[in-house]
Amino acid sequence: MAKITLHDLGHSYVANPKADADWALKPLDLDFADGGAYALLGPSGCGKTTLLNLISGLLTPSKGRIHFNDLDVTHKSPEDRNIAQVFQFPVIYDTMTVYNNLAFPLRNRGVAEATIDARVQEVASMLDLKPTLMKRASGLTADGKQKISLGRGLVRSDVNVIMFDEPLTVIDPHLKWELRYKLKELHQRTKRTMIYVTHDQTEALTFADQVVVMNDGQIVQIGTPVDLFERPRHTFVGHFIGSPGMNLLPCEVKDGKAVFAGGIVETANAAAYKGGAKSVQIGVRPEFVTFGANGVQVQVMKVADAGRFRIVTARAGEHHIKLLVPEGATVPTGNGHLQFDADRTRVYADGWLVGAEGAAS
Amino acid sequence: MKKTVNQKAWFFVLPVFLLVAFNAIIPLMTVVNFAFQETFGDNVFTWSGTLWFEQVLHSPRFHEALWRQIIFTSIILIIEIPLGLAIALAMPKKGPWVSVCLVLMALPLLIPWNVVGAMWNIFALPDIGLLGRTINGLGIDYNYTRQPGSAWFTMVLMDVWHWTSLVVLLCYAGLVSIPDAYYQAAKVDGAGRWAVFRYIQLPKLKHVLTIAILLRFMDSFMIYTEAVVLTGGGPGNSTTFLSIDLVKMALGQFDLGPAAAMSIIYFLIILFLSWLFYTLMMRNEEN
Repeated sequence: MAKITLHDLGHSYVANPKADADWALKPLDLDFADGGAYALLGPSGCGKTTLLNLISGLLTPSKGRIHFNDLDVTHKSPEDRNIAQVFQFPVIYDTMTVYNNLAFPLRNRGVAEATIDARVQEVASMLDLKPTLMKRASGLTADGKQKISLGRGLVRSDVNVIMFDEPLTVIDPHLKWELRYKLKELHQRTKRTMIYVTHDQTEALTFADQVVVMNDGQIVQIGTPVDLFERPRHTFVGHFIGSPGMNLLPCEVKDGKAVFAGGIVETANAAAYKGGAKSVQIGVRPEFVTFGANGVQVQVMKVADAGRFRIVTARAGEHHIKLLVPEGATVPTGNGHLQFDADRTRVYADGWLVGAEGAAS
Repeated sequence: MKKTVNQKAWFFVLPVFLLVAFNAIIPLMTVVNFAFQETFGDNVFTWSGTLWFEQVLHSPRFHEALWRQIIFTSIILIIEIPLGLAIALAMPKKGPWVSVCLVLMALPLLIPWNVVGAMWNIFALPDIGLLGRTINGLGIDYNYTRQPGSAWFTMVLMDVWHWTSLVVLLCYAGLVSIPDAYYQAAKVDGAGRWAVFRYIQLPKLKHVLTIAILLRFMDSFMIYTEAVVLTGGGPGNSTTFLSIDLVKMALGQFDLGPAAAMSIIYFLIILFLSWLFYTLMMRNEEN
């Protein structure tokens, strides 16, 4: 059990990183509280797996330090760091039984057989692996194998952190829900620190208390799922999280008011804009756009039925705006007007939320 | 459901059937032809039944050659499989040395078999060969043309030099195909070097090793060219393996009947032992 602190931690797969692009992970500071459930969320190649491997010790950082509590572990091996990791593809020891797989990390550390047996039984019942304990691990299905990988992490009672590297990639869709629920339950039960890497927003948002959104080797926002949804600090977060993502409309700011398509759009933060940005955009989620008697004039382009609501694509000039219309409500054909919820409509300068503390850096 | 019945598909199978017939079945049948009949030339054959088979199976000469063959192949497998595996484990997995190692390993496999025999024949000569002179220089009496022990030693050494590379290359290919995640998981689980070998590398190499053992078994059991160039089966009959004996019988003495019967027995032994190896090694695959 430990609090994990990263100081100015950065990594590059190039020997002497000079340009910004040389860094797979740009130097950053980050804390993981003891017992928290974290998700590292971002598209492929954003540096999330690099960050994970730095914490687990499979990679040595090019720059910066890692502390577990007050202990500097920057140059320690994964074994010495006492962490557990579940990989993208299930890693099991084929020739061993499920029982021996679970016992393996303890046997390597010279734990007494009686203690091992107690731990293995406990973990097996947590993961519903009891009926298969004496079977060969290679005979299990993908989700069973992934449970074994997880079990090998849980079986050590003193691991500092359990890390997941896109663990549900090879799991069937209907079992993904089950395992996701299981992970959440295990976190609440064991109170271990867990860090979960994924590019799937649903996985991240359902699992984590705190989601770290990454893009291009840096952290874009850290927050609760609600924060990320309601107050994206960067247009990337707005667009990456949510389905469909946030509408981003180029605008100008005049006298503290956002102007889009010739009309003033009420926003929460336009007054805070200080000018000088290369691009200024209005960001509003489809959930907070409605048809109204007046507002931005649009032409309805496309209506897609998504079950309890419909996704409407409307066009204002050359810009497309998406909005969600609940079941039963009418969608005007041809032309209409859109209204944005002013409290949830925000102005972004060069991608960053205007007026947020320490936003643009 | 209505099925269209037509027999045209057989035409697609025909080329393969003809190919197999011409390169395997028909030559084999001519051997069978000789094995059950007696001939004195002029294409005149008389039926001899199982006479030749009985003769071969009861001949001490065949028993001795078979024993030599079994012992030789056992020695080869015992040395080459672990050695090849060990070399593959020691080879670098990335970097500029990989290609250097691979080329070095592939070299012995590229040399024609009779050249290998000739090379070792000269290399091991006690008076002018580098190996022969060195061994004698160490005070050991070594002469592979006169002493059966020396001849066997040279023969085994030559085969190890020639064929261990094959095992190395197969094992190496198997090793580099193990995903990194396995090694990373082992590190996280605190596994030592031996545990990594025992529980990750060895199980993952199982199929490759099966192939390596089968190939080395079959090839060493049929060894002819290198052996005949190196020792010609001597001194005496001490290195007369099955195939050398077979050639002596068929071409040296022109005993076509017994030679044909022996060919079939030889073939069946290899077939049976290959099946046995394969079945034993794949036994646990099912459960």
